[in-house]
Amino acid sequence: MEEIKMVKYRKQILVCSGAGCDSRHSEEILDNLKLELEALALENDIQVIKTGCFGLCGLGPVVKIMPDDIIYTKVTPEDAVEIISEHIVKGKKIERLVYKDPLTQKLVSASSEMASFKKQLRIVLRNCGIIDPESIGEAIARDAYLALGKVLKEMKPVDVIKLIQDSGLRGRGGAGFPTGLKWKLAFENKSDEKYVVCNADEGDPGAFMDRSVLEGDPHSVLEAMAICGYCIGSSRGLIYIRAEYPLAVARLITAIKQARDIGLLGNDIFGSGFNFDIEIKYGAGAFVCGEETALIHSMEGLRGEPTVKPPFPVESGFRGKPTNVNNVETFACISPIILKGASWFSSIGTEKSKGTKVFALAGKINNVGLIEVPMGTTLREVIFEIGGGIQYGKKFKAVQTGGPSGGCLTEKHLDTPIDFDNLVAAGSMMGSGGMIVMDEDDCMVSISKYYLDFTMDESCGKCSPCRIGNTRLHELLEHICKGNGTMADLDRLRNMSLVIKDTALCGLGQSSPNPVLSTLENFMDEYVAHVVDKKCPAGKCRDLMQYFIISDNCVGCTACARVCPVNAITGERKEPHLINPSICIKCGACIEKCKFDAIIIK
Amino acid sequence: MKQIRTLADLIKIKDEYLSKSKESEKKDAPGGKVRIRVHMGTSGIASGARAIHDFLTIELEKRNIDAIVIKTGDMGYCFAEPTIEVTLPGEEPVIFGNVDKLRADEIIEKFIKNGEYVEGILPVNYQIIN
Repeated sequence: MEEIKMVKYRKQILVCSGAGCDSRHSEEILDNLKLELEALALENDIQVIKTGCFGLCGLGPVVKIMPDDIIYTKVTPEDAVEIISEHIVKGKKIERLVYKDPLTQKLVSASSEMASFKKQLRIVLRNCGIIDPESIGEAIARDAYLALGKVLKEMKPVDVIKLIQDSGLRGRGGAGFPTGLKWKLAFENKSDEKYVVCNADEGDPGAFMDRSVLEGDPHSVLEAMAICGYCIGSSRGLIYIRAEYPLAVARLITAIKQARDIGLLGNDIFGSGFNFDIEIKYGAGAFVCGEETALIHSMEGLRGEPTVKPPFPVESGFRGKPTNVNNVETFACISPIILKGASWFSSIGTEKSKGTKVFALAGKINNVGLIEVPMGTTLREVIFEIGGGIQYGKKFKAVQTGGPSGGCLTEKHLDTPIDFDNLVAAGSMMGSGGMIVMDEDDCMVSISKYYLDFTMDESCGKCSPCRIGNTRLHELLEHICKGNGTMADLDRLRNMSLVIKDTALCGLGQSSPNPVLSTLENFMDEYVAHVVDKKCPAGKCRDLMQYFIISDNCVGCTACARVCPVNAITGERKEPHLINPSICIKCGACIEKCKFDAIIIK
Repeated sequence: MKQIRTLADLIKIKDEYLSKSKESEKKDAPGGKVRIRVHMGTSGIASGARAIHDFLTIELEKRNIDAIVIKTGDMGYCFAEPTIEVTLPGEEPVIFGNVDKLRADEIIEKFIKNGEYVEGILPVNYQIIN
C-alpha cells in the first residue's frame, strides 16, 4: 500500500477564472502571482492554480488562499505583489481586500463564514451528488426514512397535515397550490381507497429538476409519498414518470425494491400497522399529461386529455377515488420539514413563498446547470452571480421562466425577488423551474413562435380555443416573421391571446398565449420593427434579412460568386460584385468565404 | 440488510454507515481511505462520466491507492461535466470539473498522491442543510 504523502506545497492560491472574473483580468492576476513567486524563489513552495466560478461574480476577481481559507475579493493585477509579500511571506491578512458584510459591517474572510456569500441553499438537492442513489444504506445515513418513522410512531395524520400547512410549502409543479391544504382536502374526502400520485412528467423545454432529484435521491420521494399516504389515509402510491427518463426509472425501480426488501415499503411499516406500496406508471412524454386530470386519465389507460375541474382529483381522481397529486420537488421538501420543523422552513423565503426553489439554468448563460436558491433571491443574483453571466460577454436580453406557459422577463425585472406571486405580477410564472436565458442575438418574435410551435404540437385537441386558437396565433407569427405582418396583426395577436386565455379548458391552453403576451408587452418595438420596417433587429428571421456587398471593400476576387449555390452574385473580375436579392437564398456561404469583410447583412 | 421493524432499527443502520465512513475519513488512521464520488446522472453519463468512473476504479487499484469510488447523481454543474468529488482523509472535499482521462490521471498523481491542486477545481457555492 502506497503511503499518501504530506502536502508538498506550503500554501495554495486559487484564482477564479469564471467568465466574470476572467473579464476583469483574473488571468493577469494569475500571471503576476506566478511572476512574483518566481522572483522570490517560492514557486516550489506555493502553488497558484486557476479554478472554476466561485459564484461571487459581483465581487470578482476572487482569490482564495489555502489552507488559511481566506478569500480576497475585487483583486486587481496590481494587488498580486501585496498578496505575496504580505499574506504569503509575512502571513498577514490584507484587510483592504477582504469582503465587508453589508449588513453587519464585519469583515468576512474565511470561506466557511461566508454563508451569506453562498447564494444557494440545498434542501431538495440535499443528497444529490452526495449519496449513491442505488444504496439505501447511504440514504439512511443521511436521514432518509427517519421522518417516516417519526410520523408513524409519534404523530397523528392531522398533526402532520397541520405541520405541512404551517410550513407554508406550496406545490413546486407550477401553480403553487398550498401542499398542506391539498393533503387536508384529500384527508377529508372519505373513501375506502385513496391514491398518492407523484407527478414526474417533467415536460417544459429546458427543465430537468425532477429528473435530477429522481436520479440522485429517489428515496426522498418514496419516503414523502409514504408520509402523504399516512396523512390522507391511502395505501397506494403511483409515480407517473415519462419513459424518456430511463436512468431515473431504473434508479426508482432499484430504490423501491430496496425499500420493500427491508420493510420500509409494504405491510406494517415500522410495526405501526400502516401499509403502503408504490408502483410506477409510464407516460409517453406528452406535455399535457403534466396537468393532473390528464395525468390521471393517462394512468387509467385513457387518452391523456384534461377534464374540467371540479371535481378536483382530491375529490374524484384515479379510478374515481380521492387522489393527491404532488410534484417530485414538493415531495422532496417533506422530510426536512418534518425533521426540522415548520418554523425552520417558513423562516426561509418570502412572505408568501416559503423555502427554496430548484431552477434549471439553460440558454446563453455561462454556468448552465441545476441550482437551488431560497425564494426571494433576485433574477440578477441567479443569472449574473450563480449563473456566471451571459456567454461571450454578450448583452442580456430576456429570461424565460415557467416554460411554454410562462413569459419572458427583461432587464427591468432583474431585481425582482423570485417567488410565486412576484413572477405572476411581472407577467410570467414560476412554473416547474426552467429558466432559459436569452441574449441580444435572440429574436423575441421567433422565440414566441417557438413556444407556440411547442404548445400547438402538444395540444390534445379537445377544446377549440387551444386547438384552433393556437394554430391561428402561430400562423400570424409566421406571417410576421416572413415580413408580411401589419400593425393590425399585432392587435389581432393580442386579442386572440386574451380570448384563448379566458376560454381554454385546461392549464395548457389557458397559459399557452403567455409567451406571446409577455413578448408583446416587453418587446413591442421588436414586433413593430418586423411589421413596419420589415427588419429583424436580432438578425434571426431569414426572410427579413438581406445580404449586401460594400463596393468599397470588395476587390472583385470572385470568391463569393464561385461559392454561391444559386449564382445570385454577379460582377467582373477586380470589379465590385453585386448580390441579386430576388435570387439570394440567404445561406451565408458568401460571408464565410469573403476575406475582405465586404459582405454585410442588413 | 436486516428488516427494519422499529425506529431503533433504522437508527442502527444509520449509525453503522456513519461509523464506517467516519473510520475512512480519519487522517493517518489505518482505515483512512480516499473517497471519490463520480457524479453520474444523465448529464454526467452523457459527458463520459462512466468511462471516468471505470478509469479511476481500475487505475487506483493498479497504483495501489486505497480508495472508495462511488456513483452518485448529478451535482448540478452541467457546464463542467463530467465532475468528480475527491475527499482525502481528514480533508475537505474538492470538486473537479471537465474531467477527462488525462485530468483524472493528473488528479491521481498530483492531488491524491501529493495534495497538489490541479486545474478544473469548482468552488462550492452552495450550502447544504444537514
